[in-house]
Amino acid sequence: MKPTDIIDRDSLRDDIPEFRPGDTVKVHVRVVEGNRERIQVFQGAVIRRQGTGISETFTVRKVSFGVGVERTFPIHSPIISMTEVVTTGDVRRAKLYYLRDRHGKAAKIKERRTPKG
Amino acid sequence: MASKAIVGEKVGMTQIWDEQQRAIPVTMVRVSPVRVVQVKTPETEGYSAVQVTWGHRRASTLTKAEQGHYDKAGVDPGRRLVELRIDDASGFEVGQELTADLLEAGELIDATAVSKGKGFAGGMKRHNFKGQGASHGNHKHHRAPGSIGACATPSRVFKGTRMAGRMGGEQVTTLNLEVVQADAEREIVLVKGAIPGPRGGMVILRNAIKAPVKAGKGAGK
Repeated sequence: MKPTDIIDRDSLRDDIPEFRPGDTVKVHVRVVEGNRERIQVFQGAVIRRQGTGISETFTVRKVSFGVGVERTFPIHSPIISMTEVVTTGDVRRAKLYYLRDRHGKAAKIKERRTPKG
Repeated sequence: MASKAIVGEKVGMTQIWDEQQRAIPVTMVRVSPVRVVQVKTPETEGYSAVQVTWGHRRASTLTKAEQGHYDKAGVDPGRRLVELRIDDASGFEVGQELTADLLEAGELIDATAVSKGKGFAGGMKRHNFKGQGASHGNHKHHRAPGSIGACATPSRVFKGTRMAGRMGGEQVTTLNLEVVQADAEREIVLVKGAIPGPRGGMVILRNAIKAPVKAGKGAGK
Protein backbone atom coordinates (compact mmCIF):
# COMPACT_ATOMS: atom_id res chain seq x y z
CA MET A 1 0.00 0.00 0.00
CA LYS A 2 1.31 3.39 -0.98
CA PRO A 3 0.96 6.25 1.50
CA THR A 4 -0.99 8.29 -1.04
CA ASP A 5 -3.66 5.60 -1.25
CA ILE A 6 -5.81 7.27 1.40
CA ILE A 7 -6.42 10.09 -1.07
CA ASP A 8 -6.79 7.85 -4.12
CA ARG A 9 -9.41 5.73 -2.44
CA ASP A 10 -11.91 8.60 -2.70
CA SER A 11 -11.47 8.84 -6.47
CA LEU A 12 -11.40 5.17 -7.43
CA ARG A 13 -14.43 3.61 -9.10
CA ASP A 14 -15.66 0.16 -8.29
CA ASP A 15 -17.96 -0.28 -11.30
CA ILE A 16 -15.29 -1.05 -13.89
CA PRO A 17 -15.88 -4.26 -15.82
CA GLU A 18 -13.01 -6.60 -16.51
CA PHE A 19 -11.58 -6.01 -19.96
CA ARG A 20 -8.23 -6.36 -21.65
CA PRO A 21 -6.53 -5.26 -24.87
CA GLY A 22 -8.29 -6.73 -27.89
CA ASP A 23 -11.74 -6.46 -26.38
CA THR A 24 -14.32 -4.23 -28.03
CA VAL A 25 -15.90 -1.82 -25.58
CA LYS A 26 -18.55 0.85 -25.57
CA VAL A 27 -17.48 3.82 -23.49
CA HIS A 28 -20.36 6.07 -22.47
CA VAL A 29 -18.83 9.51 -22.13
CA ARG A 30 -20.53 12.42 -20.41
CA VAL A 31 -20.36 15.46 -22.67
CA VAL A 32 -21.25 18.87 -21.26
CA GLU A 33 -22.55 21.37 -23.79
CA GLY A 34 -23.22 24.69 -22.13
CA ASN A 35 -25.32 23.66 -19.17
CA ARG A 36 -26.73 20.53 -20.76
CA GLU A 37 -25.18 17.14 -20.30
CA ARG A 38 -25.57 14.21 -22.63
CA ILE A 39 -24.03 10.81 -23.16
CA GLN A 40 -21.86 10.06 -26.16
CA VAL A 41 -20.88 6.49 -26.93
CA PHE A 42 -17.37 5.75 -28.16
CA GLN A 43 -17.12 2.18 -29.41
CA GLY A 44 -13.94 0.49 -30.51
CA ALA A 45 -11.15 -1.93 -29.70
CA VAL A 46 -9.02 -1.51 -26.60
CA ILE A 47 -5.46 -1.30 -27.89
CA ARG A 48 -3.66 -0.59 -24.63
CA ARG A 49 -4.03 -0.47 -20.89
CA GLN A 50 -1.35 1.45 -19.12
CA GLY A 51 -0.50 2.56 -15.58
CA THR A 52 -1.76 1.50 -12.20
CA GLY A 53 -4.11 2.75 -9.54
CA ILE A 54 -5.76 6.11 -10.00
CA SER A 55 -3.62 6.98 -13.01
CA GLU A 56 -4.43 3.87 -15.05
CA THR A 57 -5.61 4.64 -18.58
CA PHE A 58 -6.87 2.69 -21.56
CA THR A 59 -6.97 3.57 -25.23
CA VAL A 60 -9.85 2.77 -27.55
CA ARG A 61 -9.37 2.76 -31.33
CA LYS A 62 -12.07 2.94 -33.92
CA VAL A 63 -12.16 3.71 -37.60
CA SER A 64 -14.59 6.51 -38.30
CA PHE A 65 -15.33 7.44 -41.96
CA GLY A 66 -12.06 5.79 -42.97
CA VAL A 67 -10.04 7.73 -40.41
CA GLY A 68 -8.56 6.01 -37.43
CA VAL A 69 -9.58 7.65 -34.14
CA GLU A 70 -7.97 6.81 -30.83
CA ARG A 71 -9.13 8.11 -27.52
CA THR A 72 -7.40 7.57 -24.21
CA PHE A 73 -9.47 7.58 -21.04
CA PRO A 74 -8.34 7.50 -17.43
CA ILE A 75 -10.02 4.31 -16.27
CA HIS A 76 -11.33 5.92 -13.08
CA SER A 77 -12.39 9.15 -14.77
CA PRO A 78 -15.76 10.54 -13.69
CA ILE A 79 -16.52 11.59 -17.29
CA ILE A 80 -17.16 7.93 -18.09
CA SER A 81 -20.70 7.13 -17.10
CA MET A 82 -20.39 3.47 -18.03
CA THR A 83 -18.07 1.06 -19.83
CA GLU A 84 -19.54 -2.05 -21.43
CA VAL A 85 -17.67 -4.92 -22.96
CA VAL A 86 -19.18 -5.84 -26.33
CA THR A 87 -16.88 -8.66 -27.42
CA THR A 88 -13.73 -10.20 -26.05
CA GLY A 89 -10.79 -10.47 -28.44
CA ASP A 90 -8.15 -13.13 -28.92
CA VAL A 91 -4.82 -11.34 -29.13
CA ARG A 92 -1.27 -12.29 -28.31
CA ARG A 93 0.14 -9.02 -27.09
CA ALA A 94 -0.64 -6.31 -24.59
CA LYS A 95 -0.22 -3.32 -26.90
CA LEU A 96 -2.01 -3.61 -30.23
CA TYR A 97 -0.20 -0.81 -32.06
CA TYR A 98 0.08 -3.04 -35.15
CA LEU A 99 -3.59 -2.33 -35.83
CA ARG A 100 -2.64 1.21 -36.86
CA ASP A 101 -0.87 -0.11 -39.95
CA ARG A 102 -3.68 -2.39 -41.01
CA HIS A 103 -6.92 -1.72 -42.88
CA GLY A 104 -10.09 -3.63 -43.50
CA LYS A 105 -10.12 -7.30 -42.84
CA ALA A 106 -6.48 -7.37 -41.72
CA ALA A 107 -7.37 -5.09 -38.82
CA LYS A 108 -9.99 -7.49 -37.55
CA ILE A 109 -9.46 -9.01 -34.11
CA LYS A 110 -10.35 -12.66 -33.69
CA GLU A 111 -13.01 -13.25 -31.10
CA ARG A 112 -12.17 -15.18 -27.97
CA ARG A 113 -14.86 -17.72 -27.18
CA THR A 114 -13.42 -19.47 -24.19
CA PRO A 115 -12.43 -17.37 -21.24
CA LYS A 116 -8.67 -17.02 -20.90
CA GLY A 117 -7.08 -17.82 -17.55
CA MET B 1 6.83 37.92 5.20
CA ALA B 2 4.07 35.47 5.48
CA SER B 3 1.15 35.93 7.80
CA LYS B 4 0.77 32.24 8.48
CA ALA B 5 2.89 29.13 8.09
CA ILE B 6 2.93 25.47 9.02
CA VAL B 7 5.28 22.51 8.79
CA GLY B 8 4.54 19.21 7.09
CA GLU B 9 6.10 16.13 5.62
CA LYS B 10 6.02 15.39 1.90
CA VAL B 11 4.27 12.05 1.36
CA GLY B 12 4.20 11.78 -2.42
CA MET B 13 2.30 12.74 -5.52
CA THR B 14 -0.95 11.48 -6.96
CA GLN B 15 -3.88 12.94 -8.87
CA ILE B 16 -7.48 13.81 -8.11
CA TRP B 17 -10.43 14.93 -10.21
CA ASP B 18 -11.53 18.55 -10.06
CA GLU B 19 -15.13 19.76 -10.46
CA GLN B 20 -14.68 19.85 -14.25
CA GLN B 21 -13.58 16.23 -13.99
CA ARG B 22 -10.07 16.89 -15.17
CA ALA B 23 -7.17 15.14 -13.52
CA ILE B 24 -5.05 17.53 -11.49
CA PRO B 25 -1.64 16.54 -10.14
CA VAL B 26 -1.33 17.01 -6.40
CA THR B 27 1.40 16.61 -3.82
CA MET B 28 0.25 15.14 -0.56
CA VAL B 29 1.72 16.76 2.55
CA ARG B 30 1.11 15.26 5.95
CA VAL B 31 0.48 18.12 8.34
CA SER B 32 0.21 16.62 11.79
CA PRO B 33 -0.61 19.08 14.55
CA VAL B 34 2.38 21.29 15.31
CA ARG B 35 3.05 22.49 18.84
CA VAL B 36 4.31 25.98 19.59
CA VAL B 37 7.48 25.76 21.71
CA GLN B 38 8.50 29.40 21.76
CA VAL B 39 7.06 32.69 20.57
CA LYS B 40 9.63 35.24 19.45
CA THR B 41 8.65 38.90 19.47
CA PRO B 42 10.44 42.08 18.37
CA GLU B 43 10.62 43.21 22.01
CA THR B 44 12.58 40.22 23.27
CA GLU B 45 14.30 38.59 20.27
CA GLY B 46 14.26 41.49 17.84
CA TYR B 47 12.02 39.75 15.28
CA SER B 48 8.75 37.89 15.29
CA ALA B 49 8.51 34.14 14.73
CA VAL B 50 7.04 31.03 16.27
CA GLN B 51 9.23 28.05 17.06
CA VAL B 52 7.30 24.84 16.60
CA THR B 53 7.76 21.10 16.66
CA TRP B 54 5.67 18.18 15.45
CA GLY B 55 5.58 14.41 15.66
CA HIS B 56 7.28 12.43 18.37
CA ARG B 57 10.84 11.89 19.59
CA ARG B 58 12.16 9.66 22.37
CA ALA B 59 13.25 11.72 25.36
CA SER B 60 16.45 9.67 25.64
CA THR B 61 17.70 11.08 22.32
CA LEU B 62 17.49 14.69 23.50
CA THR B 63 20.40 16.70 24.81
CA LYS B 64 20.01 18.29 28.25
CA ALA B 65 19.68 21.68 26.60
CA GLU B 66 16.87 20.51 24.31
CA GLN B 67 15.17 18.73 27.18
CA GLY B 68 15.26 21.91 29.23
CA HIS B 69 13.89 23.94 26.35
CA TYR B 70 10.95 21.57 25.89
CA ASP B 71 10.37 21.37 29.66
CA LYS B 72 10.24 25.13 29.93
CA ALA B 73 7.53 25.23 27.28
CA GLY B 74 5.75 22.21 28.73
CA VAL B 75 5.59 20.62 25.29
CA ASP B 76 6.31 17.00 24.27
CA PRO B 77 9.56 16.71 22.30
CA GLY B 78 8.98 16.48 18.55
CA ARG B 79 11.05 15.48 15.52
CA ARG B 80 12.86 18.78 15.33
CA LEU B 81 12.45 22.44 16.12
CA VAL B 82 11.48 24.71 13.26
CA GLU B 83 11.18 28.44 13.28
CA LEU B 84 8.36 29.95 11.26
CA ARG B 85 8.90 33.63 10.52
CA ILE B 86 5.59 35.40 10.46
CA ASP B 87 4.47 39.03 10.46
CA ASP B 88 2.84 39.04 13.85
CA ALA B 89 3.54 36.27 16.31
CA SER B 90 1.77 37.97 19.22
CA GLY B 91 -1.41 35.97 18.59
CA PHE B 92 0.34 32.70 19.40
CA GLU B 93 1.05 31.22 22.78
CA VAL B 94 3.38 28.47 23.94
CA GLY B 95 1.76 25.03 23.92
CA GLN B 96 -0.81 26.00 21.30
CA GLU B 97 -1.51 23.45 18.55
CA LEU B 98 -1.81 24.35 14.88
CA THR B 99 -3.43 21.98 12.41
CA ALA B 100 -4.06 21.72 8.68
CA ASP B 101 -7.18 23.87 9.27
CA LEU B 102 -4.85 26.85 9.07
CA LEU B 103 -5.00 26.49 5.28
CA GLU B 104 -8.09 26.33 3.13
CA ALA B 105 -8.79 25.07 -0.36
CA GLY B 106 -8.16 27.58 -3.14
CA GLU B 107 -5.56 29.51 -1.16
CA LEU B 108 -2.15 30.21 -2.71
CA ILE B 109 0.92 29.12 -0.78
CA ASP B 110 4.69 28.93 -1.08
CA ALA B 111 6.40 25.61 -0.30
CA THR B 112 9.95 25.59 1.05
CA ALA B 113 12.02 22.42 1.29
CA VAL B 114 15.52 21.08 0.73
CA SER B 115 15.75 19.77 -2.83
CA LYS B 116 16.98 16.31 -3.75
CA GLY B 117 20.76 16.12 -3.99
CA LYS B 118 22.01 15.60 -7.55
CA GLY B 119 25.69 15.15 -6.68
CA PHE B 120 28.41 16.61 -8.89
CA ALA B 121 26.47 17.65 -11.98
CA GLY B 122 27.72 18.98 -15.31
CA GLY B 123 26.82 22.28 -16.92
CA MET B 124 23.95 20.88 -18.97
CA LYS B 125 22.06 19.55 -15.98
CA ARG B 126 23.08 22.25 -13.51
CA HIS B 127 22.74 25.41 -15.59
CA ASN B 128 20.73 24.24 -18.60
CA PHE B 129 23.69 24.67 -20.96
CA LYS B 130 23.04 23.51 -24.50
CA GLY B 131 26.02 21.20 -24.77
CA GLN B 132 27.62 20.64 -28.14
CA GLY B 133 26.77 18.88 -31.34
CA ALA B 134 26.24 15.17 -31.56
CA SER B 135 27.97 15.08 -34.93
CA HIS B 136 29.86 17.41 -37.31
CA GLY B 137 33.13 15.86 -36.23
CA ASN B 138 32.60 16.36 -32.50
CA HIS B 139 34.80 14.02 -30.55
CA LYS B 140 34.06 13.29 -26.88
CA HIS B 141 32.81 16.82 -26.13
CA HIS B 142 29.07 16.35 -26.40
CA ARG B 143 28.19 17.62 -22.93
CA ALA B 144 31.17 19.96 -22.38
CA PRO B 145 30.39 23.58 -21.39
CA GLY B 146 32.45 25.22 -24.15
CA SER B 147 34.45 28.38 -23.57
CA ILE B 148 34.68 29.82 -20.05
CA GLY B 149 36.30 33.10 -20.99
CA ALA B 150 38.66 35.05 -23.21
CA CYS B 151 42.46 34.82 -23.67
CA ALA B 152 45.33 37.05 -22.48
CA THR B 153 42.81 39.72 -21.47
CA PRO B 154 41.75 39.14 -18.72
CA SER B 155 43.89 35.97 -18.54
CA ARG B 156 41.71 34.59 -15.76
CA VAL B 157 38.26 33.11 -15.36
CA PHE B 158 35.70 35.51 -13.92
CA LYS B 159 34.31 34.72 -10.52
CA GLY B 160 30.82 33.28 -10.61
CA THR B 161 31.26 31.69 -14.05
CA ARG B 162 28.77 28.88 -14.26
CA MET B 163 30.46 25.49 -14.30
CA ALA B 164 29.94 21.93 -13.16
CA GLY B 165 29.64 21.30 -9.43
CA ARG B 166 27.45 20.18 -6.59
CA MET B 167 23.77 20.46 -7.43
CA GLY B 168 20.66 20.08 -5.32
CA GLY B 169 20.46 19.57 -1.60
CA GLU B 170 19.76 23.27 -1.10
CA GLN B 171 16.73 25.13 0.13
CA VAL B 172 14.25 25.76 -2.65
CA THR B 173 10.98 27.65 -2.47
CA THR B 174 8.25 27.05 -5.03
CA LEU B 175 5.92 30.04 -5.23
CA ASN B 176 2.17 30.30 -5.70
CA LEU B 177 0.98 26.73 -5.38
CA GLU B 178 -2.72 26.22 -4.90
CA VAL B 179 -4.14 24.36 -1.92
CA VAL B 180 -6.60 21.80 -3.26
CA GLN B 181 -7.66 20.26 0.00
CA ALA B 182 -6.84 20.82 3.67
CA ASP B 183 -8.16 18.16 5.98
CA ALA B 184 -7.19 18.47 9.64
CA GLU B 185 -8.93 15.24 10.59
CA ARG B 186 -6.81 13.12 8.23
CA GLU B 187 -3.82 15.46 8.76
CA ILE B 188 -3.53 16.00 5.02
CA VAL B 189 -2.95 18.99 2.80
CA LEU B 190 -3.10 18.51 -0.96
CA VAL B 191 -1.15 21.05 -2.98
CA LYS B 192 -1.50 21.40 -6.74
CA GLY B 193 1.77 20.65 -8.53
CA ALA B 194 5.15 19.53 -7.32
CA ILE B 195 6.97 20.43 -4.11
CA PRO B 196 10.78 20.28 -3.84
CA GLY B 197 12.53 17.54 -1.95
CA PRO B 198 12.28 13.80 -1.43
CA ARG B 199 9.34 11.92 0.02
CA GLY B 200 9.54 12.08 3.79
CA GLY B 201 11.29 15.44 3.65
CA MET B 202 10.20 18.41 5.72
CA VAL B 203 8.17 21.08 3.93
CA ILE B 204 7.25 24.53 5.20
CA LEU B 205 4.00 25.86 3.77
CA ARG B 206 3.48 29.62 3.95
CA ASN B 207 0.80 31.78 2.43
CA ALA B 208 2.04 33.21 -0.86
CA ILE B 209 4.09 36.39 -0.58
CA LYS B 210 4.13 37.16 -4.31
CA ALA B 211 0.62 36.10 -5.19
CA PRO B 212 -0.64 37.58 -8.46
CA VAL B 213 -3.07 40.42 -7.73
CA LYS B 214 -5.88 38.82 -9.73
CA ALA B 215 -5.73 35.66 -7.65
CA GLY B 216 -7.85 37.41 -5.05
CA LYS B 217 -8.11 34.93 -2.22
CA GLY B 218 -4.87 34.23 -0.43
CA ALA B 219 -3.07 37.24 -1.89
CA GLY B 220 -0.30 38.07 0.55
CA LYS B 221 1.74 41.15 1.29
